[in-house]
Amino acid sequence: MSVTVLTLIILVGSYLAGLLGSLTGLGGGVVIIPLLTILLGVDIQYAIGASLISVIATSSGSAAAYVKEGITNIRLGMFLEIATTAGAMVGALIAVYIPTNFIAVLFGVILILSAVMSLRKKSQQIHQQKSALAERLKLNGSFPGPAGEITYSVRNVGGGFFMMLFAGVISGLLGIGSGALKVLAMDGVMRIPFKVSTTTSNFMIGVTAAASAVVYLQRGYIDPGLSMPVAIGVLLGALSGSKILVHTSSSGWLRVVFAVVVTFLASQMIYKGITGTI
Amino acid sequence: MSKFKDTDMQAVIGWILRAGVLVSMSVIFIGGVIYLYRHGQTHVDYSKFVGVPDFVSNPGGIIHGIFTLRGRAIIQAGIILLIATPVIRVLFSAIGFIMEKDYLYTAITVLVLLIILTSMISGHAG
Repeated sequence: MSVTVLTLIILVGSYLAGLLGSLTGLGGGVVIIPLLTILLGVDIQYAIGASLISVIATSSGSAAAYVKEGITNIRLGMFLEIATTAGAMVGALIAVYIPTNFIAVLFGVILILSAVMSLRKKSQQIHQQKSALAERLKLNGSFPGPAGEITYSVRNVGGGFFMMLFAGVISGLLGIGSGALKVLAMDGVMRIPFKVSTTTSNFMIGVTAAASAVVYLQRGYIDPGLSMPVAIGVLLGALSGSKILVHTSSSGWLRVVFAVVVTFLASQMIYKGITGTI
Repeated sequence: MSKFKDTDMQAVIGWILRAGVLVSMSVIFIGGVIYLYRHGQTHVDYSKFVGVPDFVSNPGGIIHGIFTLRGRAIIQAGIILLIATPVIRVLFSAIGFIMEKDYLYTAITVLVLLIILTSMISGHAG
């Protein structure tokens, strides 16, 4: 395939990935890797490198908008970034010793988890129960709601921190943002309102990805010819998506489409991983 | 306006992320146009992992490539700027927490920076 044709295909595919990833809050990386490996026959190591770059672009681009809206909990993000960056470093360092077949299967499993996560009903939970550790770390916060500031508190800080360590390892190993795991840790374990967990997760993803990208960059995973259309496409898609997310409340049918696409891609990745054809 | 507050930090962080993405993506775009212009008809194959071309694998090669207008060297420089964007955001958060006199969070932020630095060094060694 010529450079021009490949670049155009990747550009269009990445735009769609960025749009869907942003609307569902799970990032474009989960679609980029199967797009490159299954549809275009790109080696998974190059795919991981390009995806990581797109993840940084997406996260930074849309985080800029969310941070200004005052929804993101910056202290909570900073504190949990200790866990995600440490995890990402470990993930990137051990990636070299793990067979690519195993990485493909693991990727498929995380993809299915992402699909399930994106379909879950989101109830806006607000907890006021005080946790001593959250109080000490100044993690409790507030965000602008329709009827003034809504304050909330954070629970189970230790459990959430541990989950974030795991999310970091997965992010470093697979070159994705691990948005699903981050939201799971904050929604499910720390009981943070959905709006805050989504935007704070997005805020953390860029730093997490940067921690493993510095390893992959030196190992030749990040190819400029491949990363260029991926980063540009995903960023433009994510910017379109973040405009929709900020201004409308639900995008139910898109989540269903996304979940179906992702589950299909996941089964392909697992199949190819097991049969050793990745 | 005398005290530096969380809302000021939000504004600064938002600005850094926006500027970082804008600058790095512009560089990547310019590099991409040059790359397509020079190599648009070249056949590419990414099916086997062989690392990146020599001239984009080290800082010296990238800098040399920028001055000789090699598309992929310019893209790679943009990618490095993009990776640096969230790291610069963390750096400015640290400065923000110092200005707020929040020393606990200054320490937490510095720790995150140290982890990224360690990652950079260990990646080089491995």
